[in-house]
Amino acid sequence: MKNIPISAMIGLFFTGIYFLAAIFAPLIAPYGMAEVVGDVWEPSSSEHLLGTDSIGRDLLTRLIYGGRTTIFIATAATALSFVTGAVLGFFAAVSGGWVDQVLSRFVDLIMSIPSLIFALVVLSVMPTNMITLIILMGLLDSTRVYRLSRAVAVDITVMDYVEAARLRGEKTAWIIFREILPNALSPLVAEVGLRFIFMVLFISTLSFLGLGVQPPQADWGGIVKENKEGINYGIQAALYPAYAIATLCISINLVADWILNRTTSLKGGRG
Amino acid sequence: MTDTPLLKVRGLKIGATIYPPGERPKDIEIVHGVDFDLAPGKVLGLIGESGAGKSTIGLAAMAYGRGGVELTGGEVHVNGRDILQTGVRDVRRLRGAEVTYVSQSAAASFNPAKKIMEQVIEAAVLQKKFNKSDAEARAVELFRKLGLPDPENIGSRYPHQVSGGQLQRCMTALALCPEPDLVVFDEPTTALDVTTQIDVLAAIKDAIRDTGVAALYITHDLAVVAQVSDHIMVLRMGEMVEYGTVDQIINDPQEDYTKALVSVRSIRHEEKQPGDTPILKVENITARYKGTDFDVLKDISVEMYRGQTLAVVGESGSGKSTLARVITGLLPPSAGQITFDGRTLTPDQPTRPLEDLRELQMIYQMADTAMNPRQTVGTIIGRPLEFYFGLKGAEKQKRIQELLDEIELGDGFQDRYPAELSGGQKQRVCIARALAAKPKMIICDEVTSALDPLVADGILKLLLELQKIEDVAYLFITHDLATVKAIADSIAVMFQGEVVRYGPKSQVLSPPFDDYTDLLLSSVPEMKLGWLEEVLEHRKMESAGN
Amino acid sequence: MHPVIKLVAQRIALGILLLFAASILIFAGTMMLPGDVAQQILGQSATPESLANLRAELGLNDPPVTRYFQWLGGFLQGDLGTALTNGRDIADSVGTRLKNTLFLAFWAAVISVPLAITLGLVAVRYKNRWPDKLISAVTLTTISIPEFMIGYILIFVLAIQLPAWINAAEFLGDPMQQWLLSNFRFSSVALINDSMSLIDKIKSITIPIMVLTLVVLAHMMRMTRAAILNVMQSAYIETAELKGMAMLKIIRKHAFPNAIAPIVNVVMINMAYLVVGVVVVEVVFAYPGMGQYLVDHVSKRDVPVVQACGLIFAAVYIGLNLIADVVSILANPRLRHPK
Repeated sequence: MKNIPISAMIGLFFTGIYFLAAIFAPLIAPYGMAEVVGDVWEPSSSEHLLGTDSIGRDLLTRLIYGGRTTIFIATAATALSFVTGAVLGFFAAVSGGWVDQVLSRFVDLIMSIPSLIFALVVLSVMPTNMITLIILMGLLDSTRVYRLSRAVAVDITVMDYVEAARLRGEKTAWIIFREILPNALSPLVAEVGLRFIFMVLFISTLSFLGLGVQPPQADWGGIVKENKEGINYGIQAALYPAYAIATLCISINLVADWILNRTTSLKGGRG
Repeated sequence: MTDTPLLKVRGLKIGATIYPPGERPKDIEIVHGVDFDLAPGKVLGLIGESGAGKSTIGLAAMAYGRGGVELTGGEVHVNGRDILQTGVRDVRRLRGAEVTYVSQSAAASFNPAKKIMEQVIEAAVLQKKFNKSDAEARAVELFRKLGLPDPENIGSRYPHQVSGGQLQRCMTALALCPEPDLVVFDEPTTALDVTTQIDVLAAIKDAIRDTGVAALYITHDLAVVAQVSDHIMVLRMGEMVEYGTVDQIINDPQEDYTKALVSVRSIRHEEKQPGDTPILKVENITARYKGTDFDVLKDISVEMYRGQTLAVVGESGSGKSTLARVITGLLPPSAGQITFDGRTLTPDQPTRPLEDLRELQMIYQMADTAMNPRQTVGTIIGRPLEFYFGLKGAEKQKRIQELLDEIELGDGFQDRYPAELSGGQKQRVCIARALAAKPKMIICDEVTSALDPLVADGILKLLLELQKIEDVAYLFITHDLATVKAIADSIAVMFQGEVVRYGPKSQVLSPPFDDYTDLLLSSVPEMKLGWLEEVLEHRKMESAGN
Repeated sequence: MHPVIKLVAQRIALGILLLFAASILIFAGTMMLPGDVAQQILGQSATPESLANLRAELGLNDPPVTRYFQWLGGFLQGDLGTALTNGRDIADSVGTRLKNTLFLAFWAAVISVPLAITLGLVAVRYKNRWPDKLISAVTLTTISIPEFMIGYILIFVLAIQLPAWINAAEFLGDPMQQWLLSNFRFSSVALINDSMSLIDKIKSITIPIMVLTLVVLAHMMRMTRAAILNVMQSAYIETAELKGMAMLKIIRKHAFPNAIAPIVNVVMINMAYLVVGVVVVEVVFAYPGMGQYLVDHVSKRDVPVVQACGLIFAAVYIGLNLIADVVSILANPRLRHPK
């Protein structure tokens, strides 16, 4: 783990802080999540580092709990999207033939509708709760993971070493797990970062539109929605989540870049 | 003016920045001080293996460094001016006017969006050597001289509308159009099939002679450069090994390295008599790829015997690699059958019993892609041992070491990854992996064509040696007749999906020939002076006789 | 038939097929409704009779396939149905809103496309030097912030803080301050109507245009950079260089003809992206367009409106992707001049 470039260090540091804050939110948040502790939009003070929000809750507390919700939903949706997308993508690439055709054409179809629009259509009839959101976002996004994994796997399956394994008589499981997966890992790992960022942006957007996380639950998009009127009075409350999202996303980008570079340099598997 | 060389290179040093992934960029030197002169109208051959720095030196004559390459020291004088010292404008006036360039891949070097004529005359017009109509007239003249069909109109076509050999000739016309003093030919025939190569080579040679232009001719093939050059410079790892006239280099090489290059492909292999029962019998195989409507293989029948080598030779598109796919069961044939060691093989690979798979192994052209980059040499060789014989632990280790000894790799290779091996070593590991299965037959698909000649020679010697020890049969697929002569017991010549000639080596390589085999055999460059003229003269007489 | 025409025809047919399939998907997506539409409209207190009447009126008793074809048939004839919430004709409401949305998207495109291509060229010209690095750092940041937050940041800076700063900057002198205040007045809401002049309309959507530009600029510029770099690394660029041609001329004569198709592709993909960005930006600025209309009715669970808007957005998106593909087919010399 030596020789980590400075950019990746910074990225790792902030990503770590955000995730720790999300996990230990109840311990570090100065107040209760929905606790009204002051006046509307109080300025920053020693009691309320970032001031209070539109109904007098501590903004720092809201941000910490909001990060917890946002990061939790984004993580769960990313995991779902990866498991679904990668499994189906590899399966399509290795099977080929009609299995590949059917899956790929279906994914083309889903992707022909912008995912936000599709999400809005589904949310117009489904109950808005966390489970729905995670499943909806995860499945919609798994189309992108599917395309990437399939493309990566197809590139690898045409390699002579995979053909050599086939000619040797190896089973499909060996070919997927021992020949393809180790070589597909680095682009997929980097993609995890990008998909996670996309999920953060996606859930924030939905919440901002009032179709994501429902109050009194806090999440970053929701905090913007709750405090947007304050902007007109010069109150920055709605902007803090923007700073939080931007730093988190940039940090993850830096880490993903580094992982991609590092794993591609490991042609041999060590270094 | 005969005293002033056209091109004078002194102490040329060339550096490059490489970017090893995950590490800091490194500056390395790839050419370590090279001197030579080239008189007007003369041709100098630059020869060497990959990494010798020959292309880099050729491009230095145009003050050009490709990619991250930088000309770091020394002098390059063209017509008396040091072009490494002049400004950008002067260099621009030099390129395309005094010195021009012919690349290995004309297909990539022509702009796909523009017509050929426009690109051929571009430099001549840009450098104000000719006006547009004169340049076009000259281009047509050059097209004719270079033997291009329909010289009047070929210029109005797009690059993808003409064949590879024709495009390579168009590139030569492009280089000659501005009447330069010097042309840099960078492996101009390497990407071509051997029967196409000879025509392009002859066209280039004629054009050089007729226009009186000087040339740097860069190639890895000594036999080719011997046909067109006056002098030859042998390069190795950025340094000059030997310089001399063609005659001296070919017939009286001084340095050991040059001697090795000259004597490459001198392996002699006594042809073995066919045995009683064939190990492999291919009968009336016809095959086509899914979604196409023509047969890639038409009624192919060949057989081969235990411990012997059948060479399948042909040019690109002849169907020779498809034959390998049919035998391995990757492409089930539409008709015909294959018998292996007395058993009929099922047409598609997944249904074959493990024993059939084990006894029929394969080695690929690109050792790079034939090995999983994330497995060590030990894992790669060990897997067949484990998979077919259930070997484990110390027993397996012992066998791996035995195999590594057989392929002449010493200790410590077990834990290396493919990326840490040289090209020749990689191919040796692939051979060991095939041998680990104790096969009765190995299909070798162009196993030496991606390698430098000396390395390829080593691999062929090793394969012959192993054949004696293991009594394994080789189906050797290649486009290279020199390889065929070196190792085959019997030969099948393929052309457009058919076997046009088949039999024991001595018989196939002796006259009377069919037309295609004659063309193929006579097109292989030989390492002697005047070979090209002899062949062309011979062909001319034959066609006059008909 | 010329192969290009055949390919283009095939691609258009595929686009129509895709649109048809998308309409099924959107229709099916809204069939997952756990409750009953009639119940939703009339509320919990509705009598069974009135529910049955409404169901019959809405055709809810027909099988889904029949309803789908009725819906699609109506759509093709311009009948988008009526909104559940207010009973108004959807086509009427969509008409002006679609016009407004396209107006906003059009001006965002007019600004962002030339800007992105120029910046992409600059980044290529100064590859790995500071202008390139600066551009990529800025674009990385804008990619990492959701579009609605960019919107609020710009509102905060331009509409709220800027006048305050100008007022505070007394050294400028009163006339200068007044002039700045009246000419650089940005509105935090973007209201337009037909009676406004073009200039007024554009003035009122300045910040939304900026937001959309920022949102697509990053993607578009990065993709343009990659597309041009890809072309510049071709062997024929080296050939031109070895002809003694100057860099600008090489770009103009050799790189450009080959870069058109990839760049058009980039632009179209980002226009499709813009269409989605519009939805959120309209909500931020209370802009009377399709996006706001859609979001409004999603929360009201007004299914016919959602279906109609969803299909229109999908059609625009599929159409833009179709144009991108057709342009790349047309720009390919291998297809235009077959052997």
